Amino acid sequence: MSADIYKEIILDYYKNPRNKGTLESPDVSVRDSNPLCGDVIEMQMKFEGDKLREIKFNGDGCAISQASASILTEMVSGKTIEEARSLDKSALLENLGSPNLGPVRIKCALLSLKVMKMGIYQHLGGSDATPSPEDLASSR
Amino acid sequence: MLETGLVSKAIDVEEIRKDFPILKRKVHDKRLVYLDNAATSQKPKQVIDTLIDYYSNYNSNIHRSVHQLAEEATQAFEAAREKTRAFINASKTDEVIFTQGTTEGLNFAASSLVSKYVKKTDSIVVTEMEHHSNFVPWQQAAKRAGAYFEIVSVDDEGFLDFSDLDNKLKGAKIFAFSESSNVLGSNLDAKELTKRAHENGALVVVDGAQSAPHMPVDVQNMDCDMFAFSSHKMLGPTGVGCLYGKRDLLASIPPFLYGGDMIKEVHRKETNWNDLPWKFEAGTSNIADVIGLGSAIDYLKRMGMSNIRRHETEICRAALEELAKFPDVEVYGPKVAENRSAAISFNVAKIHPHDVASILDEEGVAIRSGHHCAQVLMERLGVSATARASFYLYNGYDDLEALIEGLKKVRQVFQ
Ligand SMILES: Cc1ncc(COP(=O)(O)O)c(C=O)c1O
Repeated sequence: MSADIYKEIILDYYKNPRNKGTLESPDVSVRDSNPLCGDVIEMQMKFEGDKLREIKFNGDGCAISQASASILTEMVSGKTIEEARSLDKSALLENLGSPNLGPVRIKCALLSLKVMKMGIYQHLGGSDATPSPEDLASSR
Repeated sequence: MLETGLVSKAIDVEEIRKDFPILKRKVHDKRLVYLDNAATSQKPKQVIDTLIDYYSNYNSNIHRSVHQLAEEATQAFEAAREKTRAFINASKTDEVIFTQGTTEGLNFAASSLVSKYVKKTDSIVVTEMEHHSNFVPWQQAAKRAGAYFEIVSVDDEGFLDFSDLDNKLKGAKIFAFSESSNVLGSNLDAKELTKRAHENGALVVVDGAQSAPHMPVDVQNMDCDMFAFSSHKMLGPTGVGCLYGKRDLLASIPPFLYGGDMIKEVHRKETNWNDLPWKFEAGTSNIADVIGLGSAIDYLKRMGMSNIRRHETEICRAALEELAKFPDVEVYGPKVAENRSAAISFNVAKIHPHDVASILDEEGVAIRSGHHCAQVLMERLGVSATARASFYLYNGYDDLEALIEGLKKVRQVFQ
């Protein structure tokens, strides 16, 4: 008997987060917050060649933001950098079991995607590394 | 368990609800239980009808044309100013300036007062529990002036630390504080604070956004120099507010904005300002909504601000008692209903306030969650966010019961 948007999967990942913690000597470390509700997500990543070898997150915030971060790390860990960079928000929302979040709560869900992409772009560096608003999931 | 069938002694809630069309709607198939009044209040049909009447029957610009519509609109607009004056018991109608809201009023106050009265190494004092709109304008104005920006500490109940206050008021030029905290709900003794500030030679600016809608306000008795509040939190339309200022003070400071309506004579090199209050109302005002604010004030007056205050204190007392029965709920702010408003912030252990609010929403219960535009206070409380239920005149015991039942549901979902 759970409230509608609190699917089992969100509660499960919130209570038992996977990939939560920090990496030893990460290649990049990124952090962002949602000014509206104060959700905070930090991510650390390690790369190997064209692969995102390891990713961990830390954070503070609502169940949706934290579950989303945890699920996202599972989705991109071991994938190519290009796969992580081009990951679409709909895939993440689908995996959260909440494809139809309203305009307010969707910001909670997409904060992790924004932080992950910031990390990828930071790793790629260089002048063409500025992410487009779409790449940042335009969660604002 | 809350006794069923309790009714307020001060207000006939059932009767009042008939005036608020929105309260008839359903949310997620449940009765709407609107407990986000500190963010904005709902509007009675009297206010809505006033807006429709204005646009349907006498829409016109004011203070300019001489035709019939302009006469009617100007008259209604200025009548709203007189109602607003009486509402806060200002001594003169020209001390009432219409703004877009509290935020604009406080920004105007900060820039005009600081440019005129604050010099390098003077100090401006605010408190730790200010809304960002009574914090950032002063912080930035202090920076521009090279002045010190002092922040008075708040104790665990949400009242000012008086020894810290007295220290910081020494030599201060301006003291800005809110009469009622939008997070902690603490009601401050604005008269006493104003007296202390004046003894130190400081001007006093009061943020009345959370007090004006909920209790009688008397700016003459309070003796503050400026007082700002918003229409939309007191049954009126959005986009309108009032900045009260003592006449001599208003006469001494420069206009906030330049343009039409605020001038008397414009020449190639010089311009003379219009009389008060129009000196501070440049451009076409938000005419319809100002008239709507007048209608909201009529409504509140009919109910009686003391009755509204009594009603909210009664509900607040019951809410504090009910919330205290949850061992995992922490309530912030004063523990005694008489010392506070019915804006009640709380947290449920291990559950983020956003999640609390989302689950309550599915039960039709609308509350706020977040940092409430008071990040400095959140830091002081050691939390990143809180949930907040805030009551108004149309909220009864049944709404409190819905909140309490909703909180039980929250625990079930997250257990
Ligand atoms: C204490 C306090 N001050 C100022 C404001 C700002 O009011 P407005 O957004 O109407 O300008 C608010 C509204 O949230 C408030 O609660």
